Amino acid sequence: MVALFSQVGGPSQAPTTSARSQAGQAVGRLWRAVRSNRKATVGAILLLIFTFMAVFPWLITHDNPEAEVFGQSLGPSAHHLFGTTSLGQDLFAQFVWGARETLIIAVVSGLLSTVLSVAIGLAAAYLGGVPDAVLSYVTDVLLVLPTFPLLIIIAAFLPNGGVVVLIGVLVVTGYSYGARQLRSQALSMRHRDFLEAARVRGERSLYIVFVEIIPTMTSLIVATFLGTAVYNVIFAAGLQFIGFGNPGSVSWGTMLYWAENEEALQTGQYLWAIVPGVCIALLGAAFALLNYAFDEIGNPALRPVRRPRRIRRVRTSVPGAS
Amino acid sequence: MTDRVLPDRAAANGAQPQPAASNGDAADQPPLLQTDRLTRHFRIGGGLRRQTLHAVDEVSLSIGRREIVALAGESGSGKSTVARLLARVYNPTAGEIYFQGKPLSRLRSRTDLLSYRSDVPMVFQDPFSSINPVFRVSHGILRSLKLHRPELSRAERQQQAERIFETVGLIPPADVLQRFPHELSGGQRQRVGFAQALAMRPKLILADEPVSMLDVSIRIGLLNLMASLRDEEGVSILYITHDIASARYVADRLIIMYAGQVAESGPVEDVLASPRHPYTQLLLSAVPDPRAELTIGGQTDRGEPPKVVDPSPGCRFRWRCPLAIEQCHQVTPELVQLAPDHDAACHVAASGAEVKAF
Amino acid sequence: MSLARPNRSALPGQLTPPVVTGNVLDVESLTVDYLTQRGRVRAVEDVSFSVDRGEFLGIVGESGCGKSTLLFAIAQLLTPPAEITGGRVLFKGTNLVGLTDSALATTRWRDMSVVMQSAMNALNPVKTIGSQFKDAMRAHGVRSPAEIADRSAEVLRMVGIDPLHLRSYPHQLSGGMRQRSMIAMAMLFTPELVIMDEPTSALDVVAQRSLMVQIKELQRQLGFAIIFVTHDMSLVSHFSDRLMVMYAGQVAELGPTRRVFDSPLHPYSAGLLEAFPSIRGPRVPLTGIPGSPPDLAQEAEGCRFAPRCPQVLDRCRTTTVPLYQVGGIQVRCLRREDGGDSRD
Repeated sequence: MVALFSQVGGPSQAPTTSARSQAGQAVGRLWRAVRSNRKATVGAILLLIFTFMAVFPWLITHDNPEAEVFGQSLGPSAHHLFGTTSLGQDLFAQFVWGARETLIIAVVSGLLSTVLSVAIGLAAAYLGGVPDAVLSYVTDVLLVLPTFPLLIIIAAFLPNGGVVVLIGVLVVTGYSYGARQLRSQALSMRHRDFLEAARVRGERSLYIVFVEIIPTMTSLIVATFLGTAVYNVIFAAGLQFIGFGNPGSVSWGTMLYWAENEEALQTGQYLWAIVPGVCIALLGAAFALLNYAFDEIGNPALRPVRRPRRIRRVRTSVPGAS
Repeated sequence: MTDRVLPDRAAANGAQPQPAASNGDAADQPPLLQTDRLTRHFRIGGGLRRQTLHAVDEVSLSIGRREIVALAGESGSGKSTVARLLARVYNPTAGEIYFQGKPLSRLRSRTDLLSYRSDVPMVFQDPFSSINPVFRVSHGILRSLKLHRPELSRAERQQQAERIFETVGLIPPADVLQRFPHELSGGQRQRVGFAQALAMRPKLILADEPVSMLDVSIRIGLLNLMASLRDEEGVSILYITHDIASARYVADRLIIMYAGQVAESGPVEDVLASPRHPYTQLLLSAVPDPRAELTIGGQTDRGEPPKVVDPSPGCRFRWRCPLAIEQCHQVTPELVQLAPDHDAACHVAASGAEVKAF
Repeated sequence: MSLARPNRSALPGQLTPPVVTGNVLDVESLTVDYLTQRGRVRAVEDVSFSVDRGEFLGIVGESGCGKSTLLFAIAQLLTPPAEITGGRVLFKGTNLVGLTDSALATTRWRDMSVVMQSAMNALNPVKTIGSQFKDAMRAHGVRSPAEIADRSAEVLRMVGIDPLHLRSYPHQLSGGMRQRSMIAMAMLFTPELVIMDEPTSALDVVAQRSLMVQIKELQRQLGFAIIFVTHDMSLVSHFSDRLMVMYAGQVAELGPTRRVFDSPLHPYSAGLLEAFPSIRGPRVPLTGIPGSPPDLAQEAEGCRFAPRCPQVLDRCRTTTVPLYQVGGIQVRCLRREDGGDSRD
C-alpha cells in the first residue's frame, strides 16, 4: 500500500478555510509584493500622499480654497506656501482641496469603466455568436471614436453637466480598450481544463463566469483599472482645462483653467500653472507605476533579473588524468 | 452478426441476447453503461468548403460494474471524443448512450442531469490546467460535495473531503486540502482530480489519459490507485490512453479504436496475446519494451492515422493494411465476435483466415 | 587521455590549439546555474561524459533532472538567468563555453545541429518548409538557388518525405512529417553531431517507432553522432549505444545501454526500469518510485535520491556521493563504493 500514498512534505499549517482569513492572507501577499518592487513602492507612496490630502485636507491647510480674501497674485511666502491667485485665493489650499475632486473623478470613472469592461468583455466571450458580434461591434466603434470632439458635442447639449456628466462620458468612451483585452483573455481561457471540469461537475454558467473565471483574471482587471485611471486623470484634466464640467469647483483641472484664463504664465504667476500640472502628472505616474508593478507581480517573466554582485568566472582548469 | 445487443433489438432479431460479460454483473442486468452506434460529427471549414469530420462513428461498447475498461488508440482515433460524449460535454450526432439501462437523451431536468453527472464524473489529462490555480485545492472537492450531496452540513463536507483525500493517498489530508495547486506535484494534482470525482460517489469514472503527462516513476502509483478504487470502492473506470502497456497493467478489458471506430475489443490478455485486427498487431509491434529482444527489422509502417473527413465506405485502415482485399475497399467492416467475448472489425479476420500482418 | 592547455575563456578558440581526444564531444565537469530572485538554483552539477564519432548516447531522466538544460548548455543556447558556471564543452577539442556568437557560427549547423522537442514550436508557421531550409543554408553561405533546391530535396528524401512538400506550410503536414522535416533540416550540412531533445514525444507510438528507425538508419548512412534526450527509457533502449541516467542535475549512472538495462547499478535506474509495465510476459504488480524530485533551490546534504531510495543507508543522507567506476559503468551510489555491490 505504500506505493499508493503520496506524502506531502513541509510544515503543516492549521487548516484555515474561512473567507476572512483568506482575504487577510491575500492582502498580506499584496503588501509584501508592493514593498519588494521599487516601482510599486514609489507609486503606492505617491498615491497614499494624494489620498491623504483628499480625505483629510483640513489637517494640512486651514485656509478656505474658494475664499477670495487674500491679497491678489502674491508670491510664495510663509503664509501662502504657493502664493495666491489673481482672485485672492490661497493656492496651497486649492492644491490640497483640489486633490479630492481630481482623485474622485479618476477613481470613480476608473472603477465604473472597469466594471463595464468586465461585464461586456466577459459576456461577449462567454455568450459567443450573435451577442458577441453585437457587443464587439459597439465596443470597437466606441474605441475609435475621437473623445474630444464627442465631448464638445455633448457639452453643447449639456452645458451644466458638472462632474457627473464628465465621469459618464469618460466611462462610456474609456471602457472599450479594457473590454477588448478582457474578452481576449476570457476567450483564451474558454477551453482550460478546469473550466471544463466545472462544467462536467454540473456548475451553472453564471457561477462559472463569476467564481471560476473572474478570479483568475484579477491581475488583468486590476491592470485595466489602473490603466484606465491614468488616462482618465489626464483626460479629465484636459476637459476641465477647456471649461468642461464646472469651472467653479476646486480641482487641479479647474486650477489650470483659471490659470489659463488669468494668463498666469504671462503675468509671472508660474506656480499657479505649474503646481496643478505637475500634480496631475504625478497622479498619473502613481497609477502607472502601480500598473507596472502589477504586471511584474502577475507575470514573473517580466521581473528584472537581479544578478548577484560576484559572478563566478567560468572555471578553466587543467584536466587531470582520465 | 453478434455485437453487444440490447434487449429490444435482440427480440427483434430473434437472436439470443448476449450477456454483458464482466465481473460482478448478473447475466440479466443491463451493463452499467452501454453505447449503441454512438456517432459524433463536427462541421469544419467555412462557407463553400463545408466538410464533416467524423470524429466518432457507430461506436458500440459496454462497461460493466467493478471493471476497468481501457479505451486505447492513437491521436485522432476518437477516444477523447467518446469520453466527452459520455460526460455530456458534446451531444451525439446519432446513436444513444444507456446508463443503467436508461437512455441519456431522456434526461431533461436539472436534477436528472446532476444525478448523472455525479454518477459519471471525469478526470482530466493535464494536472497543470485541470485545477483552478487561484483557489485552494479544497475548492473543487467541496463544490462537488455541495452540489451533489446537499444533505451534508458544512462540517460533514469537510470531514468527507478529508476522508476522500486519505483514500486517494494525499496525507495528511487536512494539510493538503488547504494548499494551493502550485504547491503540489503533478502526481498529487492528479490524485486531487480523482478525489473530486470520488466525492460524488460515482459508479463510473471517465479518466482521460490521467497519467500521460506525469513522470514515468509516478504513473505506477496512480495506476495502482485506479486498481484499488475498483477493488475497494467498487467504481468502474473507463481508462483512455494511448499507452498499451499501462492499459495492460490496469485494465480488465481493452478496446482499440482507429479513425473513429472500434477496431477490436475483448479481455486485455486475449487481445494482447492474439490480436485479430491488423491495426492492433501494428500497434503492438510498435510498443517499445525494454525487456524484449532488440529487434529493429520487420515491416515498419510509416503511415499515420487519418483525419476522417467525409469518408467513403470501406475499412479506414485499408491503405496501411498489407492484407487488404477487395471487400475492404467497398464495405465498412462491422464488429464481429471472433472468439468468446473477443470482437474485431475486419473482413479478413471475420472470414476465418489467420491475420498476421505486422 | 588529453593534451591540454588552460583556455583563456574570453578569446575565441583560435589562439589555443585544440585538445586532441578523438571524441566528437567531451563534456567536463559542466555546471549550470539559474540565477533567480530566490537565489542560485543548480540545474546541472558536475556532469562529465564524452561522445565518440558515430555513437548514439541516450540521456534519460524525468522532469527537473536537468537534461534539457544540459542540452541547451552544450549547444550554447542558454539565455539569462541560466548560465554556465563551471566546466568545459569540448567540441572536437575546442571549448565552446565563452565563445561569441560569431565564433560559434562556424560550428553551428555545419558540425553540430539541434532538433527541438516540438516541431510546431521550432518551425516558422508562416513560412514554407522550403524557405526555412533556404534560410538555414543562406545563413551558412550557400547562395546558389540550384544548390539550395538540390540539397533541400535530397535531405527530404533522406527522411522519406516527398520533395514536393517543400512548398507546404508546417500546419499542412502531419506531426510525424513535421518532425521528419526538422531532422532533415538538421541534416543539411551533414554535421558530425546531432543533438535531439525529445523529438518523438509529441508523436504516437507507431510514428515514434518509425521515426526512431529512420534516425538510426540515417546514422548508419551518414555516420554522425547523436545525443538523444528523452524521458522514455524504453524507447531509447533499442537504439542507443550508451545510456546516461540523470537525477536532480547529476549523473546517476552512465554505461553501455544493454548493461544498464540488464543490471542497473543505481537504485533510481532500477526503479525507473521497474516503472515500465510490460506488454509481454507475466503481469506483475509494480511500485514505481513514490515521492518527487528534490527542490533544486535548496542545498542538499548527501545523496539527492536518498529521500526516495528503497535501499537507502544512514550515511547516504550525510555524505556527498562521488561517481564510482564499476567495470565500464559510472554510478553515483554509496553502495558501489568499493567497485562492487557493498551489502551493508
